[in-house]
Amino acid sequence: MSSVSDPSHPLGSPPGSARHPGMSPANRDPKEPFYVVLTGNPNSGKTTVFNALTGLRAKVANYAGVTVERKEGRMQGVPEELRIRVLDLPGTYSLSPQSLDERISRDVLFNQLEELPAPGLVVVVVDASNLQRNLYYATQVIELGHPTVVALNMVDVAEANGVQIDDRRLAEALGVKVIPVVASTGKGVPELRQTIQSAVRERPMGADRLLLELPTPLRQATRTLAQQLAAVGGPRKVAPEAEALLMLSNEKALASNPERYPGEVHEMVKHLRGRLEAAQVDWHSAAIEGRYAAVSAIQEQVSQGVAQGETFSDKLDRVLTHRLWGTLIFLAVMALLFQSIFTLARGPMEALQAGTDWAAGWVAGVMPPGDLNSLLVDGVIAGVGAVIIFLPQILLLFLFIGFLEDTGYMARAAFLMDRIMGKVGLHGKSFIPLVSSFACAIPGIMATRTIENHKDRLATILIAPLMGCSARLPVYTLLIAACIPDVRVLGFLGLPGLTLLGMYMLGAGVALGMAWLFKRTLLKGEPPLLIIELPPYRLPLAKTVLRHMWDRSKVFLRRAGTVILGINILLWALASYPRLEGPPAGGAEGAVQAFAGEEEDSLALRHSMAGRLGRLIEPVIEPLGFDWKIGIGIVMSFAAREVFVSTMSTVYSVSENGDVTEGLAQVFKQQTRADGRPMYTPLLGVTLMVFYVFALQCVSTVAIVRRETNSWKWPIFQWFYMAVLAWGFAFLTWRVGLWLGYS
Amino acid sequence: MAQTLTTLPPGGAGTILQVELPEESRSRLMELGLVPGTVVELLRFAPLGDPLEIHFRGCHLTLRRHEADHILVDPMPAAGSASAGA
Repeated sequence: MSSVSDPSHPLGSPPGSARHPGMSPANRDPKEPFYVVLTGNPNSGKTTVFNALTGLRAKVANYAGVTVERKEGRMQGVPEELRIRVLDLPGTYSLSPQSLDERISRDVLFNQLEELPAPGLVVVVVDASNLQRNLYYATQVIELGHPTVVALNMVDVAEANGVQIDDRRLAEALGVKVIPVVASTGKGVPELRQTIQSAVRERPMGADRLLLELPTPLRQATRTLAQQLAAVGGPRKVAPEAEALLMLSNEKALASNPERYPGEVHEMVKHLRGRLEAAQVDWHSAAIEGRYAAVSAIQEQVSQGVAQGETFSDKLDRVLTHRLWGTLIFLAVMALLFQSIFTLARGPMEALQAGTDWAAGWVAGVMPPGDLNSLLVDGVIAGVGAVIIFLPQILLLFLFIGFLEDTGYMARAAFLMDRIMGKVGLHGKSFIPLVSSFACAIPGIMATRTIENHKDRLATILIAPLMGCSARLPVYTLLIAACIPDVRVLGFLGLPGLTLLGMYMLGAGVALGMAWLFKRTLLKGEPPLLIIELPPYRLPLAKTVLRHMWDRSKVFLRRAGTVILGINILLWALASYPRLEGPPAGGAEGAVQAFAGEEEDSLALRHSMAGRLGRLIEPVIEPLGFDWKIGIGIVMSFAAREVFVSTMSTVYSVSENGDVTEGLAQVFKQQTRADGRPMYTPLLGVTLMVFYVFALQCVSTVAIVRRETNSWKWPIFQWFYMAVLAWGFAFLTWRVGLWLGYS
Repeated sequence: MAQTLTTLPPGGAGTILQVELPEESRSRLMELGLVPGTVVELLRFAPLGDPLEIHFRGCHLTLRRHEADHILVDPMPAAGSASAGA
């Protein structure tokens, strides 16, 4: 949505002229924000530069229609009326995109997104300690012709490695301003800010030429196509020569959005490629080789000193990726991560639970009893509670993940685990989200954003809820206490503990099997090229890690929270209506009433929609050995698994005082079927647990999958495939158990 | 003499001759700097034998054997650290 237009664009003008039609300062609407687009390679320190420029306020959203994070913030330290906004593009290796992230970067730089105006200034962040590959991308961006500045980051790291870079020479070679910075300490940031501020008025020119030598036939072809592009009309958004070269070299440049160019351009590209092939020029690779030759030459020109042999990071890697030590350290890190999500989060979670209970009690006390009271207490407050209860785990996990990513260890973890994950068609980066899902699938699913490959990410999201999350634990605990005899196996292993372990392993095992299946069917595709960059180890900035943690958590609270709250209110309505018609509680009979209150709650629940649903689904769950009372528990568990415990205690009128699980387990043991046989046998307990291993009974997970996949298709599919697994495995367990003589 | 990247000994280096992979993968590896003429050092294999870590043009990348098997290199006789060069 550019506010400018270019009615006077001279058709057929030679490339290089009229480079920025309509982008002169006079045409800028002062109310429109001035967009500074920050781009660069992954690991170039782009985010640190972004944080240094914008302070701690950033808006995190998605680009329209895709789950690529759109992060922007107002630039600090400049007059507010300039309305300078900084947009942090995803890390990108090349303008020939190979992932969704890279496509977004390309589209923004080509000014092809409706939601964003043309970049006012492009800041390319270049890692001085990894100059060649960073310059490969930087030169591509500079050639586009936008006003461009290079932020030469991590000059301190380069110097520590024994290399000094002459930024003036680099500026000469690139034709744009170069500002050396150390974003982590803030060095050079005032100069960068100053440059950006003056760019609002001065509009520095971008480069007006290609920065590489091409074989003659390719150079001619590029020129021919550029002339045609300039002639076909429409305001030119980027330099025609750069656009032409990208179109010729990248097979997918035209195919990814065919309607953008008229047929004659398609014809021309085909024709020119044919000519190049005839001249024996490999149009796929000629530009890449030419560009690396050019950036190697630039690097030699601008750097002094020789990189020392082995850096500190290399030495550290000798240990951390060592066959034995590396593996042991990795396992220790995982154990620590898992334990801390489990144990460190427990205290705050209990406090949140207590706070919610207190608020519920307070509201219930001050309001007159009735439907509104019930809605507020059991619907709204319980719903809000269901959302914030996850916050401690989410905060902790993202603290950990942020730390692991920013130190560079995450890439090593992926390197170590890739073989195992590769067996089922996933890759190393899926490992940490899946381990996190043992605590809770929600942060696990949110953590899949580190996986660039769309299909791998989806497969990981689809199987994540099969990992035994902590919400299943109360259900397992109850059923084990009620159904599994506490006997020793092989003399030293307790059967209850083994059963619990078995449930976790069943979930994890089937999860990997499902990943294998999905990657071979639904998410089939060419095995993606797995490239993990192993950046040098760095000390993470607390500010960056904390900010990342908070940004992610905010996303959860805001987006998932609304859906979770909504569905909780719906479930409240299911459990409350229709009401039981009964005599209102009389004052004199208060004591008797209180005594009978639990019995009455049980009747009310059976009478409600949820109770009827429990009976309605009885035919479906009867083959699994379940009755309609368990049916009610299952129906209500779709809010969250642990709700099973409180629902069953209401169904069986167990007093809420004292230890619910212990009391309920005793009640379970006394239940009998119609023919007098005990209801909760070991076989039934195992069958019901197996059902809970697989069923997607968690509103919050559904909500977060909806958000992370940007569609209802995947969460619905996931819900159904897990329901089928749950029913199928439970049926199998029950039948095989009966056949083996259990009852 | 040409051999594949995976046949280098850990710590050994070679000069890239050719990347023989489907076009998309080939282009990407080349864009990351693995163009013919580049000196690559094979640092190590992961504990389970795959993937492997390589060092070239001042950066570290991991590749799976599946791909590295199709990268042809001319081994360098003496062990030395890979320096940038095209």
